[in-house]
Amino acid sequence: MNIIVCAKQVVDVSEIKVDPNTNKPILAGVPQKISDIDKNAMEEAIKIKEKHSGKITALTVGPADAKERIKELLAMGADEGILIAQPEKLDYYVLSNILAAAIKKIGEYDIILCGEASIDLFSGQIGPRIAGLLNIPQITYAQDITAEKEKVVSERNLGDKAVTIESSFPVMITVTKEINEPRLPSLMQILAAANKPIHDWSAEDVASEKLEPKITTVDIKGVPMERKNVIYQNDIDESVGKLVDSLIKEGVLR
Amino acid sequence: MVLVYSDDHKLTLELLNKGSELARELNKSLTAVIIGKDEFSKDYIAHGADKVVIAETELNQFKAEEYTDILEGVIKETGSETILISSNKNGKELASRLAAKFKAGCITDCTNVYLKDKKLTAERIVYSGNAVAVEQFNTIPQIVTIPSKVFDPLPKDEKHKGEVIKKKIDVQKSSSKILKVQEMKTEGVNVEDAEIIVSCGRGFKNKEDIKLVSELADVLKGRTVGCSRPIAADLKWLSEDHWIGLSGHKVKPKLYIAAGISGQIQHIAGMRDSGVIVAINKDPEALIFKSADYGIVGDLYEVLPKLTDAIKTKMG
Ligand SMILES: Cc1cc2nc3c(=O)[nH]c(=O)nc-3n(C[C@H](O)[C@H](O)[C@H](O)COP(=O)(O)OP(=O)(O)OC[C@H]3O[C@@H](n4cnc5c(N)ncnc54)[C@H](O)[C@@H]3O)c2cc1C
Ligand SMILES: Cc1cc2nc3c(=O)[nH]c(=O)nc-3n(C[C@H](O)[C@H](O)[C@H](O)COP(=O)(O)OP(=O)(O)OC[C@H]3O[C@@H](n4cnc5c(N)ncnc54)[C@H](O)[C@@H]3O)c2cc1C
Repeated sequence: MNIIVCAKQVVDVSEIKVDPNTNKPILAGVPQKISDIDKNAMEEAIKIKEKHSGKITALTVGPADAKERIKELLAMGADEGILIAQPEKLDYYVLSNILAAAIKKIGEYDIILCGEASIDLFSGQIGPRIAGLLNIPQITYAQDITAEKEKVVSERNLGDKAVTIESSFPVMITVTKEINEPRLPSLMQILAAANKPIHDWSAEDVASEKLEPKITTVDIKGVPMERKNVIYQNDIDESVGKLVDSLIKEGVLR
Repeated sequence: MVLVYSDDHKLTLELLNKGSELARELNKSLTAVIIGKDEFSKDYIAHGADKVVIAETELNQFKAEEYTDILEGVIKETGSETILISSNKNGKELASRLAAKFKAGCITDCTNVYLKDKKLTAERIVYSGNAVAVEQFNTIPQIVTIPSKVFDPLPKDEKHKGEVIKKKIDVQKSSSKILKVQEMKTEGVNVEDAEIIVSCGRGFKNKEDIKLVSELADVLKGRTVGCSRPIAADLKWLSEDHWIGLSGHKVKPKLYIAAGISGQIQHIAGMRDSGVIVAINKDPEALIFKSADYGIVGDLYEVLPKLTDAIKTKMG
């Protein structure tokens, strides 16, 4: 079984601060990590490989330091990594076309796994776009995957419904955060990962046409959160009394 | 041509509102698409559609591959350039796949859509709620998805005229097969419209304990219970309609009380526009206190019953 896991390096959103003067998010210096749900995708790939053997390729479009993130995926259990240097101009269209072209170049694949959405931009477009470009079936928001030899059965979580769907290979599946608990690699695995290959590709290596973004980001506005932060922390009865008085003053009790 | 589609009747009505406005400004007409049986064409026309295209098909279940084919056909046939799709899960995967087919730009989860310098422009929340990105299309077709409740349906205008067109569109059958559809039980709560919400998180030890939240909600006459993602998605103690946050429902009640919720950015993304925010958490360092107007550091099992009693006494 050949499995491709698409994984994105993102800024750790919990570390972002908003600049009080410009009212814009400060992104410089924010630590980078693998988008949370992509680790769930990786974990799912490992489980499938444990059952059917095969090969897992971790695929990332990103800056040079994303190599460190790929190493984490190799330590978890990917067999090899591919880092495609991020072109200067990027949007959902460009990115998905690069990924789809890279997947075509990899050539042999049964299952492509993505996260339901990245934790920084959260568009949820990339998985379904890849499936559309490759003209293969897509299963999104998977909360359960059972891979068999010739097919996969997966349960989609649509909130108000759960839909169980079966597909032959190749198939693109996006997973939810709830599908599994990603493993933490052991020190041995981290060391062993140093010997696994990471290939450097460029967008030109894979895509036949020059890709121009369809969308421009014209502004990014911060949304500062200003709250009173009145915290009561002594005697519970007293705290409760004070809180109720405050809420009455605020006029929110009726 | 402006075109709207959702597999949900109510969401289609909401899209028709924005669709009519854009159609007017662009000087184009507005088409609504129904895939399958015509149940609502009159309603859609009364809500602003100039044309309703009914794509007749024997397909009776949603599969993104097949629905993409159908919409692709309708869009080509009607020459539509601006496409509005609902941001429910089916809508998003459909819009994205459709965008791939058309080599088009797509912006998902738009909290605002307008024309600026004659270009379609949309705002969406990014960085898990830390910022709003303003994105603009350079090319057509252009596809946006809009979450529920961003726009209200227009009032019904029975005098508005429109035509109904039936179309049969060839579909490449998907090789996937739907084996089972299981309706999840929902309690039909409507957190978006609630004035007071009391929410619970993983600080609750058992499903039964959620009654502490509903009792408080009851005395507050808010009666609306919300929750963090793990309570709905992992533990499934409450149905999805209670789930608040980035990937759940976005709410703005006058009063939001979060009990046993740590206050991760993804939860805050769903409730940051609330009037007054109250946090109850036993950990004084919990992030939720940074996003709260008032907080009590303490065990929710002690605080909640006392708070319920105190409000009962004060408010009679
Ligand atoms: C005008 C514009 C400029 C932009 N400039 C930049 C920029 O300079 N740098 C930048 O990082 N982003 C930039 N972006 C965003 C970039 O287009 C998105 O990162 C990309 O399209 C993915 O979108 P998303 O994060 O919403 O992915 P989603 O669709 O939410 O991600 C879903 C899944 O797709 C896969 N995936 C997503 N991205 C990648 C990736 N890069 N590699 C491998 N797998 C992936 C993962 O499995 C992920 O879980 C820009 C966007 C716009 C509109
Ligand atoms: C892409 C993505 C999307 C997400 N979308 C959402 C979303 O839409 N909504 C959402 O909520 N989350 C979302 N999350 C998850 C989010 O990051 C957090 O994991 C989640 O909100 C945590 O839920 P919690 O606060 O209930 O649990 P925890 O983080 O486990 O917090 C429990 C809290 O309860 C407190 N506590 C424990 N016992 C007691 C007690 N006896 N009395 C008082 N306090 C107590 C603890 O101190 C702790 O602060 C998303 C995550 C990702 C990666």
